[in-house]
Amino acid sequence: MAVAEPIFANDQDTGQSELAQRLARTWRQPNGLLGWFCNTHHTNIGVRFMVTAFIFLLLGGVLAAMIRLQLIRPENSLIGPDLYNQIFTMHGSTMIFLFAVPMMFQGFGVYIVPLMCGARNIAFPRLNTFSYYIYVGGALVLWGGMLTNTGPDVGWFAYVPLSGPAFSPGHRADVWSQMITFTEVSALGVAICLATTILRYRAPGMTLNRMPIMLWEKLVISVAVIFAMPAVMVASGLLLLDRLVGTHFFNPAEGGDVLLYQHLFWFFGHPEVYIIFLPGAAIVSTLVECFSRRRIFGYTPIVVSVVATGFIGFSVWVHHMFATGLPQLSESFFTAASLMIVIPTGTQFFCWVATIRCGRLQLRQPMLWCFGFFFVFLIGGLSGVMLASVPVDLQVHDTYFVVAHFHYVLIGGALFPMFAGIYFWFPKMTGRMASAKLGQWHFWLFFVGFNITFFTLHFLGLRGMPRRVYTYGPDMHWQSLNVLASIGVVFMTAGLLVFLANVFLSVRVGEIAGNNPWGDAGLEWSMSSPPPPYNFLHVPTVSGRDPMWEDPPDQPVVVGLRDDIRETLVTHSLDADPQHKDEDPGPSIWPFLSALAVSAAFVGSIFTAWAIPIGALPVTATLIGWLWPRGHSPTPPLTGESWPR
Amino acid sequence: MASLNEPIRRPQTLDVSGLPSVAFGRRNTTWLANVFYMAIEGMMFALMFATYFYLRTRSTDWPPGHLPPSSNYGLANALVFLLSVIPAWVVRKRAPEGDRRIVRNALLVLTLFAFAATTLRVFEFSALNCRWTDDAYSSTVWVLIGMHSGHLVTELIETVVLLGVSFTPKMEGTRLADAAINSDYWYFVVITGLIVDLLIYGTTRFL
Repeated sequence: MAVAEPIFANDQDTGQSELAQRLARTWRQPNGLLGWFCNTHHTNIGVRFMVTAFIFLLLGGVLAAMIRLQLIRPENSLIGPDLYNQIFTMHGSTMIFLFAVPMMFQGFGVYIVPLMCGARNIAFPRLNTFSYYIYVGGALVLWGGMLTNTGPDVGWFAYVPLSGPAFSPGHRADVWSQMITFTEVSALGVAICLATTILRYRAPGMTLNRMPIMLWEKLVISVAVIFAMPAVMVASGLLLLDRLVGTHFFNPAEGGDVLLYQHLFWFFGHPEVYIIFLPGAAIVSTLVECFSRRRIFGYTPIVVSVVATGFIGFSVWVHHMFATGLPQLSESFFTAASLMIVIPTGTQFFCWVATIRCGRLQLRQPMLWCFGFFFVFLIGGLSGVMLASVPVDLQVHDTYFVVAHFHYVLIGGALFPMFAGIYFWFPKMTGRMASAKLGQWHFWLFFVGFNITFFTLHFLGLRGMPRRVYTYGPDMHWQSLNVLASIGVVFMTAGLLVFLANVFLSVRVGEIAGNNPWGDAGLEWSMSSPPPPYNFLHVPTVSGRDPMWEDPPDQPVVVGLRDDIRETLVTHSLDADPQHKDEDPGPSIWPFLSALAVSAAFVGSIFTAWAIPIGALPVTATLIGWLWPRGHSPTPPLTGESWPR
Repeated sequence: MASLNEPIRRPQTLDVSGLPSVAFGRRNTTWLANVFYMAIEGMMFALMFATYFYLRTRSTDWPPGHLPPSSNYGLANALVFLLSVIPAWVVRKRAPEGDRRIVRNALLVLTLFAFAATTLRVFEFSALNCRWTDDAYSSTVWVLIGMHSGHLVTELIETVVLLGVSFTPKMEGTRLADAAINSDYWYFVVITGLIVDLLIYGTTRFL
């Protein structure tokens, strides 16, 4: 029997009121196999992004373990040079393009952002769904290539001339190039969805200076994606053209230039580091506030730091090219810019420390990973300061010192916050708590194993071991350190297995979480766990930065949205005042069909340029099918409605 | 955290039932997405322009060993682009007023302009005086004009689809807003087209 509906923002939605049942019917996603492909709700797509990205983390981890196994002794013949080249290229490409960005930016963003905004779905849900399928398409292309002995073997950044037509015949480099196109189209699509959601779907009252730091960071990252990702698409696209149709962009004999490729790639590549790191910092900011039981210290400096990081991230790309013989003035400028980025990052660190110091710290499971992040990322940052200096960089260039540095930065900046975030939002996603005891085992095994492996690599680098060599002679005396580094992998693997067991068990028999098990301040904790298909029974309003902590019990809710169609509220970008209503387009098979058509064109273009004009036909057809208006017009009669311009 | 057991609770709501269900211009969410989309595409054009000038520094002659592209078709197309702004402007202006007939007619004229620009573009390719396989200069010129042609054709298709919709009763609020946004994108195609023209026909003669 239906019960009375809650009418305050802080009331709990039991899902039993008539309104809840009507909304559940309206926002329901279709069932069955076909329904799975039609689903466009952000919670479902967000979880899919995360699960898929985690699978590729495991696959990339298997490749890493193979690398460590190969290097465990000198002159090891376990893996030959050709396969080894594919393995380290696949490892880097998988971790960056199939795991780090899809997990940290797309996965967490798609799941969390609409909930934090107080929205019933993400903006442009079909584009969001399309982005997921395109990402899967790129992943299948890359790993399909690997399984058919066509795995890329030119390094994760595929420098020319090695990746050009003269030195890489066959289609291995083409597979890499098109994987880039797939994954960047996906990230760009999600960036548009997230930026629009943050700017236009915020709950009334959530002015810019009341936005959670997570939303600020996702906005900055989305803008960074919009301006950075085109560079790698241009780089990989021109590479593909050089290989496929005989252009000469990177051919010095015909007026081309190989360094042009590096400029284009790293103009993307360095912002990419922040595209991976800032989501991690956003998670840490959220968790530090929650588990310190106080408002974040230095909200404004943190926001300014995040924006500054986004900007400075575009002015440091040349520090990846110090060994290419640049003018000294360029080296000096980019050294200074690289050192400057310490300022906003350091500001965030100090604010986190101050928040913990001034609060009442609760060292719960997610917070453990935040402390792991502080330790690991700090070491990575310090070695980064060393590498920003040209003489040091030249000395250790292309050695395992660099490998150690960027693993400290990327695993510290992404993987540790990722686990913190997963443990934190696991109750919201599944409705159950993850086991704290297994979580402790997971953390310590992984933390110890990680440091054994990667701290050791600093010394290997300082002793001159170059990266990307498939073996080494016994006279180099690198074996003992390689053995030590490989032992760390055993610990990390054990930690990951414990994590998988934790997830498997907790989803089934974990303690029931309730709405807000951590007592956090964000709107995402105001609905039941997992969220109902309509997210919020009433679209909430907010009157402070931490709505679940600060808003009064009679905080108003939004009424007047129709419950017979998927109506959403659009608010002003700055002050979040209600402006007009919009309609969520609902589930559809067309994004999946469009992704199939686009994937076919991309895959075909690995082999022939004709795939683009021919493939454009089904792409156009499916896009028209996607966008063609159908059914009744849900909008009310136009007579008498004044349209804001 | 606020207690749920506070004694005084006033039923307050924010009623949005009177808000419009369609918005034009910058209030429209698709308008915002279109801005982001243009930023992405604009960035790709900017990087290709940078590539063009970067490669220019790698050659003493520019064009290296070629005649500059014949500018007849390019200039004609630039004129078509400039004139096409008029129907695009009309769509953008009249769509919020719900004037379906004028919007339909303006879309028809815009389609004709887009078709003319696409046709002239085919001839432009034949007048470049180089093939993309000749050298880096030729590759850049072909990719620049090819990239813009992709946008041109996309915009042509989109305008034709909107024109088709405009002959149906579905040309209501949201679709009218889409037509106005399509005009914004047409402006983008025109601006980038003129810059590409300037590069291909201008810098090869005057720089």
